[in-house]
This record gives sequence, C-alpha cells and structure tokens, in this order.
Amino acid sequence: MNELPQQLVNGLLLGAMYGLVAIGYTMVYGIVQLINFAHGEIFMTGAFGALTVYAYVLPDGTSMWVALPLMLIGAVLVAVVVAVGAERFAYRPLRNAPRLAPLITAIGLSLALQQAVWAWYPEAKSARTFPQIDGGPFHLGNVTIQTGDIFLLAAAPISMAVLAYFVMKTRTGRGMQATAQDPDTAKLMGVNTDRIIVIAFALGAVFAAVGGVAYGLKYGQVDFRMGFILGLKAFTAAVLGGIGNIYGAMIGGVVLGIAETLATAYIADLPGMEKFGSQSWADVWAFVLLILVLLLRPQGLLGERVADRA
Amino acid sequence: MTALLEVEDLRVAYGKIEAVKGISFKVEAGEVVTLIGTNGAGKTTTLRTLSGLLRPVGGQIKFQGRSLKKTPAHQVVSLGLAHSPEGRHIFPRMTIEDNLRLGAFLRSDKQAIDKDMQRAYDLFPILGERRKQAAGTLSGGEQQMLAMGRALMSQPKLLMLDEPSMGLSPIMMQKIMATIAELKAQGTTILLVEQNAQAALSLADHGHVMEVGNIVLSGTGQDLLHDESVRKAYLGED
Repeated sequence: MNELPQQLVNGLLLGAMYGLVAIGYTMVYGIVQLINFAHGEIFMTGAFGALTVYAYVLPDGTSMWVALPLMLIGAVLVAVVVAVGAERFAYRPLRNAPRLAPLITAIGLSLALQQAVWAWYPEAKSARTFPQIDGGPFHLGNVTIQTGDIFLLAAAPISMAVLAYFVMKTRTGRGMQATAQDPDTAKLMGVNTDRIIVIAFALGAVFAAVGGVAYGLKYGQVDFRMGFILGLKAFTAAVLGGIGNIYGAMIGGVVLGIAETLATAYIADLPGMEKFGSQSWADVWAFVLLILVLLLRPQGLLGERVADRA
Repeated sequence: MTALLEVEDLRVAYGKIEAVKGISFKVEAGEVVTLIGTNGAGKTTTLRTLSGLLRPVGGQIKFQGRSLKKTPAHQVVSLGLAHSPEGRHIFPRMTIEDNLRLGAFLRSDKQAIDKDMQRAYDLFPILGERRKQAAGTLSGGEQQMLAMGRALMSQPKLLMLDEPSMGLSPIMMQKIMATIAELKAQGTTILLVEQNAQAALSLADHGHVMEVGNIVLSGTGQDLLHDESVRKAYLGED
C-alpha cells in the first residue's frame, strides 16, 4: 500500500486533464443547453495545432522551453478557430431548431473533424510522435512525477484560477452567468447573448487546447481519434461534477481520474476480481462511477437546485 | 414636442397568429401609462416587442423620436428603456447585490452605480438586509422588488413594469403599488401592464384597455376608472 500516494497523484493528473476538457462541455451546456459532442475533437485539433507548430513552423531542434509556449499558442489558435467556426456555421443556424438537430450536427461535425485532420496528416492514423520535454522525472518523497506531467501540474490550476476570476469578477463573466440563468432577461440587462455564446465556445476551446497539449506531453503521441474516448470521459466528468458548473467540471475530472486510477491499481487485488483490474477495464469503472452518481445525486456533485420561484 | 414613446399601428405575430393587431399609444415624459386587460390581450407581447425580445410584423415604435424596430434587445436598455418582465425573472443563483449590478450592466460610472444601489436599498430595505443572499431564496414579493430595483439600475428614461402585482398577497401588492406611486412622484416615467385594473388606473395618467390584440378604449386613468364598461368588465361590478 506504499504506492497509494503515487496512485493518487497519477489519478489527480489524469483527472486534471479530464477537467480541462470538461470545462468546455460544461460552459457550452450551461449557456445554450447543447452537448457539444464535437468538443473532444476540439481537444484533438488543439493537440495537432501544437504539433503543427513544432513540426512545420519552428526550425528543427528548437528547445522545448522555447517551443512549448509557441506550440500552446498554436494549439489555442487552431482550437478556438474550429470551435468558433462550429458555433457560427453549424450550431447558430440551429439555435431554434428541435434539440436533436444540433446534437446530430455535433456528431457529424466530430466525424468531419477527425477526417479533416487525418487528411492533413495522412500518417496520423497510427499515432504521431509528440515532442517531449527533456529532463526529469521528478521525485517528491516516494512519489514520482513524469516530466510530461509537469506541464499539466502547472497548467490546470492556473487555467482554473484564470477562469474563476473571469467568470466571477469581470463584467463579461457576470454577463455569462446571467445568460446561463435566463438568456432573455440577460438581454434586457444589455448583455449581448450572441457574443457570450461565442465567448463560451472560445473559452472552452482554450482549455481543451491546453488539455490537448497536456495529453501530447503526457503520452508522447497524438492521433486523430484521441478526442473520442477522452471526450466521453470529460463529458462524464462534467456530468459527475454537475453540468453547467465550472468548478464541478474540474472536481468531476479529478474524482473520475482518481477513481479510475485506483480501480485499475487495486481492484485486481480483491478476491475473485483478478480479471477486472487491467487498463482496459478503467473505462468501465469510470462509467460505473457515473451511473452511481447519477443514481444517488442526479444533479452531480456540485449541481445545485435553488428554487426558481415563478 | 414629441412623446417619449410613440407606438403606431404596432402588429406582432407568433407564426400566423397575430397577438397584437395594430395598436397605437403614446407615453409622455413624467407620465404613468397603463395597459390593462385580461390574459391573452397582448399586453406582455407589446412590452416584449418594445424591448426588442420580439420583432413586430408591422407598425412603428419610436423612442425619443428614434425607431426601435430593428434595435437588438441588448441595445434597447442603453437607450433608456428598462423592462421588468412578467414573472419577475430575477437571476436566482446570483446574490441580490449581483442582480442589481446586472441592472447596471452597461454602465461604467462606478460611484453613481453604488449610489443607485443605495437608492434601491432605501426604496426596498429588505433587499439591503439580504444583499449577500441568493435571489432565488426571496419570497415572490421580495423578488418583485428586486426586479423593479434591478430595472431602475439602468437609470431608465422609461420604466416598463409587466404585472408587478401578479401572484402577490394583498399586503405585498399594496406595497408594490405604493412604490410605483412613489416612483411616479419622483418623476419616473412608467409604462405599467396590469391585470389589477383598479390599482393601475388609480395611479395612471392615461390608460388603455386591451382586448384580444386591440386597444378598445383609451382615456385618463380617472375616466377609465369611472367608465361603466370598464367597471363591468375589469372591476367586477355589475
């Protein structure tokens, strides 16, 4: 049991990545009640944006300490352009359509984005190698942190703090809260809700892009289908935390990451459970957790229901 | 002198169904004008069209001489037209203070905003006592106060109140009506939509009676209050 702290840290890091992507699901859902199933692909295009900067823009052999900030900018640019384009041309025309229409559109968009990236990167069917940071790993007592995870360790809390400040303290952030709670009345206050929707998509894309870079650094490779399962997990994290709640997204991500990691590490030790501890069962445990939370606390961990008196 | 608000032959439709069928009325600065009538008469539709949430299919809306027909809803408030909607629609998960601040969303004169917040708290002391509380925890009448306070935070030239007395206890209703009278005394121009015709007409300078999308009768508040057909139809006398 000496490895427990290590497993917790592994779970925390995995969960932080889920959380970064979950923020996009939860923000867009909170504002327009749309589950943007193409968000996993926004995350993927972000990772490829970073890779493109490294492979085709920067000279060979650029140090990662120089390259990483530029890659991050590339990732954010690509992801934001894709997300804002999706909102403008795929979702906005369907704003008043029945709920199923944008949902199906999202699934179509998700496939289209996968194929587009594959077309640009024909060799991306098998994974593309993602550049790595040199040095490390780092040791804190018994806990080892892989070099690739250092980025995540810094990026997740910084992103979260910036987002919380933005939503709680800025005028646009308050306009965003108002739009989430009552869009028509927000308009009466002078909030340009169309603009708020674009900002929600764009912000979600920024965090997905950061998550995409984190994924590349963590696993050392990216491929055009990487957004599918990770997108599902992040969506699970968003629901787990209480969809529409940005803190819930991060907390849901961390809970999911830790639960998944601990299940993989320890379930096989339980009598009769030897088969169920492998990595391929991790996804199953993640969704079992989701089902349990939905049964016991349907609004999610941080979801709240304040009475809206008529 | 042109009126503050001029509505001419306004027509609004939901799909093929016309809810407002060509109404005209004016609101002069400093006046209280009321639209009364039963449910479905088109009163709320009229207000929602004035504030840009709905688009008219015909007619004119002029505010300070400027056409509002194509102005998006989020820009209407900056012209000086504030709308406290039917059903109050406060932001339930925000504090009372934040709700009031949202009323001043487009203003950046921080000191004047703080002063207006204080004014709202003076007008409705209960809001001041609970300023840090989530607005969804307020009672219906308190939420109505908040909705009115919030609308005032934009320093409107014209305040539109949609059914402020709806669903309130008689005591709370009296309090809300007294506040409207107080605002009137301070010189606020008000367009008041009410089902409670007695209360609305008592404090209105002018009133218009709406029936299924048309204005069927207009006059001063006092005239309408004493009009036989109004007394029969809306004041429950026979």
